[in-house]
Amino acid sequence: MAAPMVKRSSLIINNIFSNYIRKNISKCKRSISFSRVNGGDNTSQTHFGYENIPEDEKEERVYKVFENVATKYDLMNDAMSAGIHRLWKDYFISKMAPTPGTQLVDVAGGTGDIAFRFLNYVRNEDSESYNNQDRQFDVETPPELRSISELDEISESGESKTEKAKSFVTICDINQAMLDVGKSKAENLGFSSETCFIQGNAENLPLESNKYDVYTIAYGIRNCTHIDKVLQEAYRVLKPGGRFMCLEFSHVTYPLIQQLYDSYSFQVIPVMGQVLAQDWKSYQYLVESIRQFPKQEEFVEMIRNAGFKMAKYENITFGVTAIHSGFKI
Amino acid sequence: MNSFTNIYKTLNYSKYSYFRRLNLLQVCKSRVTRHHGLATYSTDVKEENEEMHTDSEDNHHPGYDYLYSGHIPTTRFQKTLLAIGSGITAIVDPARDDMVSAFGETTGYFALQRLREKMLKDPVGRQILEERPILNSSTLDIDYLGSLPENTFGKHYWKFLTKNGFSPDARLPVQFVDDDDLQYVMLRYRQIHDLFHTVLGMPPHMLGEVIVKMVETFQTGLPMCALAAMFGPVRLGPVHRQKYFTTYLPWAIKCGSSAKFLMAVYYEKHWEQDLQEFRQELNIIEPPPGIGRKKKNTENAS
Repeated sequence: MAAPMVKRSSLIINNIFSNYIRKNISKCKRSISFSRVNGGDNTSQTHFGYENIPEDEKEERVYKVFENVATKYDLMNDAMSAGIHRLWKDYFISKMAPTPGTQLVDVAGGTGDIAFRFLNYVRNEDSESYNNQDRQFDVETPPELRSISELDEISESGESKTEKAKSFVTICDINQAMLDVGKSKAENLGFSSETCFIQGNAENLPLESNKYDVYTIAYGIRNCTHIDKVLQEAYRVLKPGGRFMCLEFSHVTYPLIQQLYDSYSFQVIPVMGQVLAQDWKSYQYLVESIRQFPKQEEFVEMIRNAGFKMAKYENITFGVTAIHSGFKI
Repeated sequence: MNSFTNIYKTLNYSKYSYFRRLNLLQVCKSRVTRHHGLATYSTDVKEENEEMHTDSEDNHHPGYDYLYSGHIPTTRFQKTLLAIGSGITAIVDPARDDMVSAFGETTGYFALQRLREKMLKDPVGRQILEERPILNSSTLDIDYLGSLPENTFGKHYWKFLTKNGFSPDARLPVQFVDDDDLQYVMLRYRQIHDLFHTVLGMPPHMLGEVIVKMVETFQTGLPMCALAAMFGPVRLGPVHRQKYFTTYLPWAIKCGSSAKFLMAVYYEKHWEQDLQEFRQELNIIEPPPGIGRKKKNTENAS
């Protein structure tokens, strides 16, 4: 494929390159930066895709990325995953299997995909719940048991009072643009009374402690600067017995599929971003940030370190997505 | 690293992938693998190796701004995909000017090289390539253009800009061309587009645009111009279409093929020149009447 001229010139370039690298390999080795390395002015550095930036800058840059893509976010999700992200989110909610009356906090849930699926699930459960069916039995209790059944009736009415607690979702996101998109979607779908949109940083949630049954963060945790802080906050706001669930892009376990996935990610997704959303760089960042996220086992370890018990993960689609879960017990 | 951008100004896929492999594997990947898990702790983690001062070079993305600022290197596969996607989007939604630009950049590889060769052969063209003049609001004094006498090229251009509310800054920078010189040729083509409108006397509605694109096809050979000139008339109304096929198309073809090489003209030096004289110098046949800006045609289909 390469003409002889190009081959010769690329050989020359190869030589020059390898000479350069050989001369400067010590400099290159020294310039390998670790996470807490000090920059020239004592700022610590972190990764932003394949770029190195000071930690303080990361939040701002992530904010800008999502501000740019907010209006086309759902369209791009559908285009990039060919609609499969809907199946992933549906499976996530079915794994959560919430009962009616659950208080959910959905962090980084700007456009509300998880929140609305949760509410639909809970509504369906409510309408066809077996509890209702039980109460429709019209059986006359025999006189010997009537005293006991009276006690049952009292406890039933007591139960019915607490069971009327409505399922509610608190959606928290750092980006106001994403929240606005989510709010308008909630209005269109009729979920406004069961949702509440709050702007806040996942590392420092403006929420009370010990209040929520389930904490979810779907495709958001890799954009956070300090994942351990996010996990600590999750531990704080959950009730004892509450569940932490994280849906995130993760590392593919099979090499062949990983190569296909890498080619697709790096070759196709930024082009799609440019054509559909006029933003190449945001989608390049997305693809790179997926590679920078810890592997499944490492992340489970981090969840355990934050205090959660029964921490485990489950790969979906060969590891393209993974659900991590832990309980505050 | 700057010496290397000078050594090889052209970038093909093998060099690009080699660079990325070297860069990412030898320097960045070791950085990349260490970041797994470590960058995410908020408390200090004890390091085994000593930390060193990072070079300022390491702090920007290894991929962007490779050959010029605003450059996004792309592989051939990505260019193909981008060409198809941007072509379809440009036809479906012509308001997306960034898609038109992307289409031009990704499909113009051979045409841009031919253009550069042609410009190098011409002495004025060579001067333009060396000096790289840019047309934007800081290099162009709009008030000075407005103060020129009537019938000068500069005054006509000023009228074109002010009557239509254009600004010379509105042209997008080049992103997907993998060569520094060719990037400038593409940029120059984009910036001269408005000047073509003036020199040919065409207003910026759909008919005028199609005619200018037809002339540009003959002048530059860019596939984007050819396709725009072929598919543009689909969106014209019946009156304009009839005018186009009977009068303007034959004129555009004659004009485009017989005029001098319009890319190699240093337009910034001709502001004070009389427009008819300028046209004669460039061998441009006077445009047929009936397309002037005196009355806004309400039947254009754009």
